Amino acid sequence: MSHSSSTTTVEHAVGGHSHEHGHPQGLAHQFENLEQQHQSASLGMWAFLVQEIMFFGGVFAAYAFLRWKYPEAVMIASHHLDWKLGGINTLALLCSSLTMAMGVHAAQEGHRKETVRWLILTILLGMVFLGIKYVEYSDKIEHHLIPGTVSFNPGGPHVGQQEIFFWLYFVMTGIHALHMIVGIGVVAWIAKRAHRGDFTREYNNPVEMTGLYWHFVDIIWIFLYPLLYLIDLTTKGQIHH
Amino acid sequence: MSSHIVPKKTYYTIFALLMVLLAATVLVAYLNLGQTLNIIIALTIAIVKATLVILYFMHVKYQDKLTWVFAGAGFVWLVIMFLFLLSDYISRGWIPFSEK
Repeated sequence: MSHSSSTTTVEHAVGGHSHEHGHPQGLAHQFENLEQQHQSASLGMWAFLVQEIMFFGGVFAAYAFLRWKYPEAVMIASHHLDWKLGGINTLALLCSSLTMAMGVHAAQEGHRKETVRWLILTILLGMVFLGIKYVEYSDKIEHHLIPGTVSFNPGGPHVGQQEIFFWLYFVMTGIHALHMIVGIGVVAWIAKRAHRGDFTREYNNPVEMTGLYWHFVDIIWIFLYPLLYLIDLTTKGQIHH
Repeated sequence: MSSHIVPKKTYYTIFALLMVLLAATVLVAYLNLGQTLNIIIALTIAIVKATLVILYFMHVKYQDKLTWVFAGAGFVWLVIMFLFLLSDYISRGWIPFSEK
């Protein structure tokens, strides 16, 4: 449904120019109404997310091949990963998806301050995730588990195959972490815009679209966690650092 | 569509479900049911989690068919990529070729 209720002279959130108009705040000129604009934004973001699915899908497919081909090496190598830290990270991201959804909800209701609060919480949870990632990566460096280095030494059999697992581990979690960093940046920018009063009940696309991206990055981790960390939890095999 | 606001209670319920599923993920990993069954169960749980996030947190349940098509397309192409890539590798050596 189109909202033609808004005021006369409006400071446009999109475009930044103010003038007398009969149309709602935030409606860009190429769109008929806010609903069409929202639909367009949503499809555009989904098109991007579909590309992201294929992008991550490639490395996941590589992982599927490796695990099918060298199951023992993959299992042994995965023992170097701390499933508890990974679990906390999964918890952090699931919580951050909740706070992000709450932020979108608040934006849709036009509650400016509440929106900003939820978005800041989302950022904080994202930073918890990255902090733990930093701890994990530091641990890998310390224990000579960086693939491609001369000092790479995971111990145990199938060192060459284990090295491939670690390549996958770093590439998969690495690009995921990059997506997290970008995501935090975007959420921060959207929080700033929300604080500035850019969003209303009628126009809050940027918040929702940011939410879509954020949830997607969470979904990637939902798959990464069991595939990388939970391959084999029998205590005999765990390598405690 | 764009005007549909998902109630907060729904979000909290889905979140609770996700927590239960996360616990299940870890628990199942402890039960050693053999590599094949383990990974099928782990992936199934992950898919259920992802579906909940997509339908509710990402609002897809409340969107129109075109959005569903876009969202679904990603997984269609993902499955195609997996199917072709893995079937290629798995079928290596099935058909012997004669040296001339």
